[in-house]
Amino acid sequence: MKLHEYEAKEIFSKYGMLMPKGELATSPKQARDIATKIGVPVVIKAQVLVSGRGKAGGILFASSPTETEVLTKRLLATKIKANRVQSVLVEEKLAVKKELYFGITTDRSNQKYVAIASSEGGMDIEEVAATMPERIVKALIDPLCGFRSYHARQIARKLGYAGNQLSDLTRIFLQLYRVAMDYDAELIEINPLAETVEGKFVVADARLLIDDNALYRHPEYKERLVREGTELSPQEVEAQKSGLAYVSLDGNIGIIGNGAGLVMATLDVVQLYGGRPANFLDVGGGASADKMASALNLVLSDPKVEVVFINILGGITRCDEVANGILEAKKRVGFVKPMVIRLVGTNEKEGKKILTKAGIHVLDSMEETAMRAVEMAKSGE
Amino acid sequence: MGVFVGRGTKAVVQGITGTQGSFHTRLMLDYRTKIVAGVTPGKGGTQAHGVPVYDTVEEAVEKHKADASIIFVPAPFAADASFEAMEAGLKTLVIITERIPIRDAVEIMAYAKREGVVVIGPNTPGIIVPDECKLGIMPAHVFRSGVVGMASRSGTLTYEIAAGLSIAKLGQSTCVGLGGDPIVGLSFVDVLERFREDKQTKAVALIGEIGGNLEELAAEFVASERFDKPIVAFVAGRTAPAGKRMGHAGAIVMGLAGTAQSKIEAFLGAGVRVAEKPSDVARILMKELRR
Repeated sequence: MKLHEYEAKEIFSKYGMLMPKGELATSPKQARDIATKIGVPVVIKAQVLVSGRGKAGGILFASSPTETEVLTKRLLATKIKANRVQSVLVEEKLAVKKELYFGITTDRSNQKYVAIASSEGGMDIEEVAATMPERIVKALIDPLCGFRSYHARQIARKLGYAGNQLSDLTRIFLQLYRVAMDYDAELIEINPLAETVEGKFVVADARLLIDDNALYRHPEYKERLVREGTELSPQEVEAQKSGLAYVSLDGNIGIIGNGAGLVMATLDVVQLYGGRPANFLDVGGGASADKMASALNLVLSDPKVEVVFINILGGITRCDEVANGILEAKKRVGFVKPMVIRLVGTNEKEGKKILTKAGIHVLDSMEETAMRAVEMAKSGE
Repeated sequence: MGVFVGRGTKAVVQGITGTQGSFHTRLMLDYRTKIVAGVTPGKGGTQAHGVPVYDTVEEAVEKHKADASIIFVPAPFAADASFEAMEAGLKTLVIITERIPIRDAVEIMAYAKREGVVVIGPNTPGIIVPDECKLGIMPAHVFRSGVVGMASRSGTLTYEIAAGLSIAKLGQSTCVGLGGDPIVGLSFVDVLERFREDKQTKAVALIGEIGGNLEELAAEFVASERFDKPIVAFVAGRTAPAGKRMGHAGAIVMGLAGTAQSKIEAFLGAGVRVAEKPSDVARILMKELRR
């Protein structure tokens, strides 16, 4: 789960890190008042959960309270990469000498967290990583030892700092690591970490992604996720409610299967035969008739879908449950688009019998079924 | 003889009285896996499918000399269960539980490495040595004893490809599910090292998917170590759009790293055959083994 910049900054400042003076505004008038209070010039930052916000026009500068009001009004009326702007953060414009980067994420191949730092922070950090890897400092964190003062000092030194500044950076790195562990961060970043002309380090922008699997340890954010919803399509929201993994794509063949790997392979095979999938939908392991019915409902409610391809390989999932789910959905929706079904595995005979009785033809091979789906989608075009 | 586990493996089931744990204990017993004890805190002294249940792993190990554990406990308690098993001296852990927080998984793996424990999973279908030992939730009927060593990051897709190998009469020597999470205990390389030494394994099937770099590291290993058994790889998610999450927490594409293309190119560069469709895996291996 992605947190907004202002939410991350609230947390970071609780841990003692220095933030620019500023407040959240949801109206142009409010933004004007904040600018008056903290003094101009200010920076106005759209609170949207997309990366590359600056380049997409989500960050503006104002040199008077009136300009702040006008620009905020403009920002609140726009969309940044299809996301409506609901609030802006109005902050003092820092006098920046240098922009640093500091972040912590997971390194899968080493099964550890890794701290990443650079003296070349800012909007182009990914480009720096790609073209000048020597400017990036990386340190794997052994969880049995933790990220300690000396690790932080080593990094600060490699970034070229000494004296008081080295101590300040060390403290910030340690504070960020604490936040990462306390909040189960999948990714946490200060980018940029601004070194001001006075030589202080200020968190100019903050990013925090909480590991979805750990949300049960952070109920306050889990609640917000449910309350506000996110940047999802109506189908994706519906899927979340039914516990289905669903991703909307732009083709016309609706796809339902069990197991993420199998469903991905199904998408691949459909495209290999020249078809275009309308979605990815994984009903998961041990899907009940009810879950199957919700899945089918979901795909059928997508106007792009012209043909539905169901690919089930029963393991924990039972084919008879799946068959009953298909009939249940047929009853509920009232109309049915052309469907091709591949059903093998646990209780295969029972499942096939249920569907054949209802006049639905069932195939055995994934490839054959994919070819059929593609043919049907093409003839319908 | 399988790799990691085999006919002699004696296992404890942690979470044996839960719905999943109980159901699969019966199926594992039906497969003649030696399930010697179960653990559910608070249920000590009872039995599940004739298997004695204990409150702690320590007690179960003391009384039954177990050497492995299969864990079904819910995610919030899975880290505790894993550490308990490792401290009790068990050297092989199969963690079926899905949705374990990353921070917990990182700690489990670090401790396992220090203690020399093999961790299969989390979020894995488990491991099967056909006709010998099944520590997992996979449908047994798609497997048959044979010559292909399988390592996979997926569940049902593994069954799909295993069924193909069984129909082709190639069968499997051992099939290991690495797990679908970002942080898992085994890499393809760890499994390849075992398959290289295993006499029953004549060929290898690697089932990868987008996200992470386990496939790229496997390709590097095959090239640098001159791995001499034929390998076929399948990579799911060739057509997955970038930045979209396809179910598995692990299957996220970010930038170019971890894309299907990057993995396929790495495999081809290392001389590993890459199957276009799941059914091609058996077809290609038939040809390779006839040579």
